[in-house]
Amino acid sequence: MLVTNLAILVLAGFVGYAVISKVPNTLHTPLMSGTNAIHGIVVLGGILLLVDGHAQGFLNKLLLLIAVAFGTINVVGGFLVTDRMLEMFKQKPKELVEADAEAPQ
Amino acid sequence: MILASFITDADTRSVLYIVSFALFIYGLSGLTGPKTAVRGNRIAAVGMGFAVIATFLVPDVSNIALILLGIAIGTVVGVPAARQVKMTQMPQMVALFNGVGGGAVALIAWVEFRSSNGFDGVPTYVAIFSVFAAIVGSVSFWGSNIAFAKLQELIDGKPVTIGTLQTPVNAALGLVAVGAGVAIVAGSHSEGLMILLLVAAAALGNLLVLPIGGADMPVVISLLNAFTGLSAAATGVALNNTALIVAGMIVGASGTLLTQQMATAMNRTITSVIAGGFGGTVEAAAGAVGAGGGTVRATSAADVAIQMAYARQVVVVPGYGMAVSQAQHAVREMAKMLEAKGVEVKYAIHPVAGRMPGHMNVLLAEADVPYEQLKEMDDINGEFARTDVSLVIGANDVTNPDARNKADSPIYGMPILNVDESHSIIVLKRSMSSGYAGIDNPLFVNPKTSMLFGDAKGSVADITEELKAL
Repeated sequence: MLVTNLAILVLAGFVGYAVISKVPNTLHTPLMSGTNAIHGIVVLGGILLLVDGHAQGFLNKLLLLIAVAFGTINVVGGFLVTDRMLEMFKQKPKELVEADAEAPQ
Repeated sequence: MILASFITDADTRSVLYIVSFALFIYGLSGLTGPKTAVRGNRIAAVGMGFAVIATFLVPDVSNIALILLGIAIGTVVGVPAARQVKMTQMPQMVALFNGVGGGAVALIAWVEFRSSNGFDGVPTYVAIFSVFAAIVGSVSFWGSNIAFAKLQELIDGKPVTIGTLQTPVNAALGLVAVGAGVAIVAGSHSEGLMILLLVAAAALGNLLVLPIGGADMPVVISLLNAFTGLSAAATGVALNNTALIVAGMIVGASGTLLTQQMATAMNRTITSVIAGGFGGTVEAAAGAVGAGGGTVRATSAADVAIQMAYARQVVVVPGYGMAVSQAQHAVREMAKMLEAKGVEVKYAIHPVAGRMPGHMNVLLAEADVPYEQLKEMDDINGEFARTDVSLVIGANDVTNPDARNKADSPIYGMPILNVDESHSIIVLKRSMSSGYAGIDNPLFVNPKTSMLFGDAKGSVADITEELKAL
């Protein structure tokens, strides 16, 4: 199990490197924000320990409650903020076409 | 009954995890272009939804109310924060979201320790990865909070150091955290050790980021982002959860790459960034410029308007000052006026202008500046020599010629925008204070430079009014 997981770990590292190396400078902020949202996946860790009854006792449950809340903030906040940023880039192609149309005159 | 056994099947969960990380990778690859980026981000969000649903697929669901409460609290806090944050405050928002992610990692590792009585009866590798996650998560949480506080100006943005003791103290804290971790892995079940580990890592996170100021801030946020990713991946190995491993590692790897690229753009190594003290030689630099002499010429909005209206090409150089005063829409208005007068307007974007890579792009995109007018440093630097007017709006360090000319300057070697090569330079600035890095800028006393003092948004609006009157 450990060896399989380590193999996945290494491969995922190369995938991350390969996918991101193609991102233009202009999109670096949304990219940082987007990857930031994705590591909010730690919320799964908190859910996992709670859902299978692994964690017993008040303090453990309280800590996990905070962890789930933190993870959720990371996920929903991260994706929403990235979406807002990217929406602004989305209008660009239309503007670009207009600018091109004006250019030859 | 068949359905019930199907949805709790361990394989089903694994398959859903595969679906979710495939969506992450596909979504992220969509971020490579502005057209596909929105969709890419949403695809990744859907992937996250699958991953969360899959996690609930266990034979006996416990604590469901508690989990939903946690998700509800997170949503109630996160959604309004993300909705209401101004585009200019994006860097500190990312730092904050990153921090809570790191906090979650550290808390999970702590509970793992507690609920297994100090990793009793679990494989050694689980203890190793959990301890790693606890240290890195804690550093990331506290470091990100300091980064947030600095950018939000809750605490002084300038480097705060404890002098020559900095490096030894950091090293000592690191050793304490790692030492406690080693003792735990070696079989100690003392919770005091775990708390010592978390506290030492927390102090280290604070002390690592406090001395960092100036243009190094984006690099640090990116680095902490990578840290949280790596710690999430470690949590994934400890919990044997593929989705966590893949997603965490993708962020860890991409964040590391991004951090490297940013450091390279500033001609600094990641190590020297972490060592901190950027801007620590403020006094020396300031003294040197004072000795060099030179006078600052102030100008008026009317003069600036006339100068630009009769220019052939104007290059706008935006910096953090534009972000602070929310001047991006006013800048776009002014550019429209200039274009109507036949002036060619371009925007020179330094890779680390503002507080994050691409910060200026986001702001200008918000103001509907055409994507093609945004020029990256390497593309625009050759053009300054044939530019009539460079309009520097709240940018400072990224235009400082000392980076090219003065070997003892703290920013020597950092690639800059060569605005001093243009025929004339107009600098919009609030006052004669030095930049975020705390270094004086000889550009301001260049004979070709005139300064228009005041809030950037107000100044740009004044210029636009004058342009209308012409």
